[in-house]
Amino acid sequence: MINLPLLPIILPFLFAILLLFFKENIRVQRSLTLIGLLASLVAALFLVFKVKADGIQAVTLGSWPAPFGISMVSDMLAALLVTTTILLTLFIVIYSFSSIGEGRERFFYYPAILFMVTGVNGAFTTGDIFNLFVFFEVLLIASYVLIVLGGEKKQLRESIKYVLVNVISSALFVITVAFLYSVIGTLNMADISVKIAQVGQPGIITVIAILLLIVFGVKGAIFPLYFWLPGSYAAPPIPVLTLFGALLTKVGVYAIMRTYTLFFVHDIGFTHEILSVLSILTIIAGCIGALAYFDLKQIIIYNIVIAVGVILYGAAQMNESGLAGAIFYLIHDMLIKGALFLLIGIIIYVTGTSNLRKMGGLIQTHAPLGWFYLIAAFGLAGIPPLSGFVGKLLIVKGAFEAGNSWGAIILLASSLIVLLSVIRIFIYAFWGKPVAIPQTDRRPYRNMMMPAVVLVILSVLYGVGTEWLFPYMTDATNGLLQPSIYIDAVLKE
Amino acid sequence: MKTNDVILQTTTKVVFFIIFLFSIHIFFAGHYTPGGGFVGGLLTTGALVLLLLAFDLKTVKQALPFNFTIVTGIGLLLALGTASASLVFNVPFFTHAFDDFTLPLFGVTSLHTAMLFDAGVYLVVVGAAITIIQSIGGDA
Repeated sequence: MINLPLLPIILPFLFAILLLFFKENIRVQRSLTLIGLLASLVAALFLVFKVKADGIQAVTLGSWPAPFGISMVSDMLAALLVTTTILLTLFIVIYSFSSIGEGRERFFYYPAILFMVTGVNGAFTTGDIFNLFVFFEVLLIASYVLIVLGGEKKQLRESIKYVLVNVISSALFVITVAFLYSVIGTLNMADISVKIAQVGQPGIITVIAILLLIVFGVKGAIFPLYFWLPGSYAAPPIPVLTLFGALLTKVGVYAIMRTYTLFFVHDIGFTHEILSVLSILTIIAGCIGALAYFDLKQIIIYNIVIAVGVILYGAAQMNESGLAGAIFYLIHDMLIKGALFLLIGIIIYVTGTSNLRKMGGLIQTHAPLGWFYLIAAFGLAGIPPLSGFVGKLLIVKGAFEAGNSWGAIILLASSLIVLLSVIRIFIYAFWGKPVAIPQTDRRPYRNMMMPAVVLVILSVLYGVGTEWLFPYMTDATNGLLQPSIYIDAVLKE
Repeated sequence: MKTNDVILQTTTKVVFFIIFLFSIHIFFAGHYTPGGGFVGGLLTTGALVLLLLAFDLKTVKQALPFNFTIVTGIGLLLALGTASASLVFNVPFFTHAFDDFTLPLFGVTSLHTAMLFDAGVYLVVVGAAITIIQSIGGDA
């Protein structure tokens, strides 16, 4: 089956199309979405094992020879990210059943989610820089629908901001690709890498590298370009926020990691230095934001910014530990952000507010919620048996190996602030004197707990099962460290 | 004052078919000359918009009782189906096939599966554009 890398893209797309035909029937919408995601999950798992067994899977569409057609390339990193994406979407969809409300479900909520998954998976899998742009647009346009769906005043205001920023960055993306094409003369990523190596990265290529960093930096929210994120992400309802927080910024991060390990590896002293300085600044900016707010959503949203900084700092080290840590932390962060957003969604549902000062004593009425939140919070901060530990350990190790002691120290200090910011939620919401909370139905609470709890347990297993995951991560790291593996798999010579 | 659109409406009844036939021509010509699914679809939309201008939303909806969201869906299915046929033959996704057929009226004609993909694009363009115009123009 040579088309296996494409199945996790085609299946959500197919089911999204089918859902267009059953607009009014919510039951059909829900079950088709579940079937589609389960089928995609099976395909993605098959893909991971296939890549593990036989190396990078590359297919060039339309039976054209490699640099001329559009290549789709699944290396281990892409396959793992695709699997994580589908897994998370599955939980978020189940969570949506009891929280999103019928009004939204009737207006193409599930098709929009599936179209977004199509775009995200495509962006992870593609081996063509302009095709990457197309998949970015697919996921962005679906995300515009999701952010504005429902039409509350706040959503309308923030979606204008969100659309404006993304339209500008997309235009910049096209301009950058045009520059790259006029210098290099090809759009296939493997071929670009070969051609850049041939000309030895002159100044103009370094300029293009920085332009691409700006483009993907806007999508992935790095330091001076993250300004749109806190407001926009707070507007949509929790399941949509979870989808955005866990997946969208990570696509930008992935694109930076891919281009900075495959294309621009000949002038590391300049490009990667800028990347690491920016990621440290991103961490600091995120930390300030995470401490500044007394609002559940904003605290976790600023934690996204911190995580983006941490992952990119690991990737900027360009050594084995740094990159392996970045990959570990990337997947950990997708899982744990998913779990945390779902949990605070339940807290907001139970208390009816997202203001920390108006909460208290929840541990007496909702004990399981409290303990699972605490586990997720410890996982986020990177307490040893849990999932965030190995990634950050490797990133810090990589930074010390590369001689960036100060960066490593700031990164370690940021863990404390992350822990403080999420524990503050625990202390204010769960300890203290019980505050009168509105009477809410127990049934949706239980239905919403289920996916969140499973996600927390998965993230714990991810931390405990590090040893078992290590061979997969090593494959992914090798793919990034040695572009020749990637190039050979695509160009097949 | 009651306006009288008799000239506009009569001209539209003729011009609509000319534009529509031209759009079909552009659609089929796409493989060898400028044209294809996208322009063809936009021209058809143009013809329908002319109908909407000369008459009103309700009349046009009665004349063309399609749900244009469904049209978009069918178009997407057609495009994806053409591309996915390659899954069955285990060749790379999007591999097209073509052959020469002897058709009763046209003689020897070269038929290419890219045309089916273009038909999908055509339906998506028409469906999406008319949906936009109907939902901005209508009350509901």
